Amino acid sequence: MTVNIFQIRDLFVDLPDLTNKPLIGKIPNLSILKDISFNIVRGDILGIVGGSGSGKSTLGRAIVRLLEPNGGEIYFEGLNITHLSEVELRPLRKKFQMVFQDPMSSLNPRHRIKSIIGGPLKLHGFQDVDRLVTEALDHVGLPNYFKSRYPHELSGGQRQRVGIARAIALKPDFILADEIVSGLDVSSQALVLSLLQSLVKELGLTLVFISHDLSVVRRLCNKIIVLQNGHIVEQATAKKLFESPKSDYTKELLSAIPLPDLDQIWN
Amino acid sequence: MTTYLSIRNLSVSLVSGQRVLRSVSMELSRGAVRGLVGESGAGKSMIGKAILGILPRSLIIDEGEIYLEGVDLLSLTSNDLRKKIGTSAALIPQDPLTALNPSHRIGRQIINRLIDILGWEKPDAIRRAYELLDEVQIPDAKRVMRSFPYELSGGMRQRILIASAFAAEPKLIIADEPTTALDVTVQKQILKLIKEMQTRHGTALLFITHDLGVVSKICQSLSVLYSGKVVEDTSVKKFFTKPKHSYSRALLAASPKYTDPKSNLIPVPEKVLSFVENQISLSDEVWMNDR
Repeated sequence: MTVNIFQIRDLFVDLPDLTNKPLIGKIPNLSILKDISFNIVRGDILGIVGGSGSGKSTLGRAIVRLLEPNGGEIYFEGLNITHLSEVELRPLRKKFQMVFQDPMSSLNPRHRIKSIIGGPLKLHGFQDVDRLVTEALDHVGLPNYFKSRYPHELSGGQRQRVGIARAIALKPDFILADEIVSGLDVSSQALVLSLLQSLVKELGLTLVFISHDLSVVRRLCNKIIVLQNGHIVEQATAKKLFESPKSDYTKELLSAIPLPDLDQIWN
Repeated sequence: MTTYLSIRNLSVSLVSGQRVLRSVSMELSRGAVRGLVGESGAGKSMIGKAILGILPRSLIIDEGEIYLEGVDLLSLTSNDLRKKIGTSAALIPQDPLTALNPSHRIGRQIINRLIDILGWEKPDAIRRAYELLDEVQIPDAKRVMRSFPYELSGGMRQRILIASAFAAEPKLIIADEPTTALDVTVQKQILKLIKEMQTRHGTALLFITHDLGVVSKICQSLSVLYSGKVVEDTSVKKFFTKPKHSYSRALLAASPKYTDPKSNLIPVPEKVLSFVENQISLSDEVWMNDR
């Protein structure tokens, strides 16, 4: 049976358009997401793809309520969280976590790994924090002695794994990963991707993976949403989308990817 | 065929003694496109910087020679080097926003290059600027010439930089990850544009990238770099059909392809890394003994 963990209905998000800000007076709004509806089924790995400025990240931020939508509804496990206040959201936050794109700016440079992963645990009132931190590090394949390190002492791939450890330490149901491999080399990228895949299975997670790289998305996700200018242009299972893309935009995206392959026709 | 660029046994190290480039050699002749691939920290960009004479002060060139059109760049005084580089080489940088001066209009940034470096007269330079904008397929050139960089999209900015790189008809262009900041669809347009311009002008192109997909589309030969050492120097065709070095094979195995979802992406195995490290430390020993 399929159970929806998130339901998104007719979502609209506007953000202030600072480039057209008048000297005095109201800042005009720029409509970023227009009429977005979809469900996230428990256990899915959903890929959200699109070009830059298509609203991928805004959609992600709206789902985990880092942004408040201007219209529409977001249900998390049947609960309407569209306009909940920060205080009301806090107990829910441990159920949906986020991993960010740039680990250097999302990990506090003055904290050791121990307190970076342990901080949210303490905040949510977990007991036995030290053991949970060790467990989380273990899950992402980092040795225990990394606890006393600072972020700058780690490589890019290791930092990104700390970001993942921080998210899974809270034992969430849902993780949003926003472009988490785009800053990594292919080698560390391969490592992080296979790690994510095994974690999803092992911990029974639901994952939304935002990326501009369709090859990565194809490798990891089972369902895919294609965004263009804030509209969903196509949503399908990964297999369908890659084998018989429906919309012109998806076809254009697919044909533009340079594959490490001499036989590909790329004109 | 005329050799435009020739690097011989170039070694660069940090002031502290740590080596950054280890005896790198390569040649580029007229009309050739060579890819320079490797993971971050492999020293890809450092080769480009060494050629252009813009290495950070903390780096010193230990040995080796760089010839541009037969001129030994490392023996030139800094003034002569600037003149030589300014007329014969150009860079297409990674980030078009930081490469353009935010407070100058586009037109001025293209024209100044021609006036300052080549000593052109202003009307000629303006005419040439329009020609270039037309060549990189920018519509409404008049408006773009009067725009500031922030008013243009990423793809447009990259086109401007390509135009100004080709402005002085250089013999060598170094493109340092010119499309990493762009969308796939825009990336395709820009890559095709660079390739087209390069073919038309017969420029030698050194293309620095970490994306093997891009390499397979526009390069003829490539050098695979690991920790400052060229571990494989081969033609693109051979590299994708029969990579010789185990590190090259590992890189290929780690690159995702959407057409092949079942393929297991394998991170470069420890075994391969320690093999390469071993090779490198052996060559380092030889180098230390020679000194």
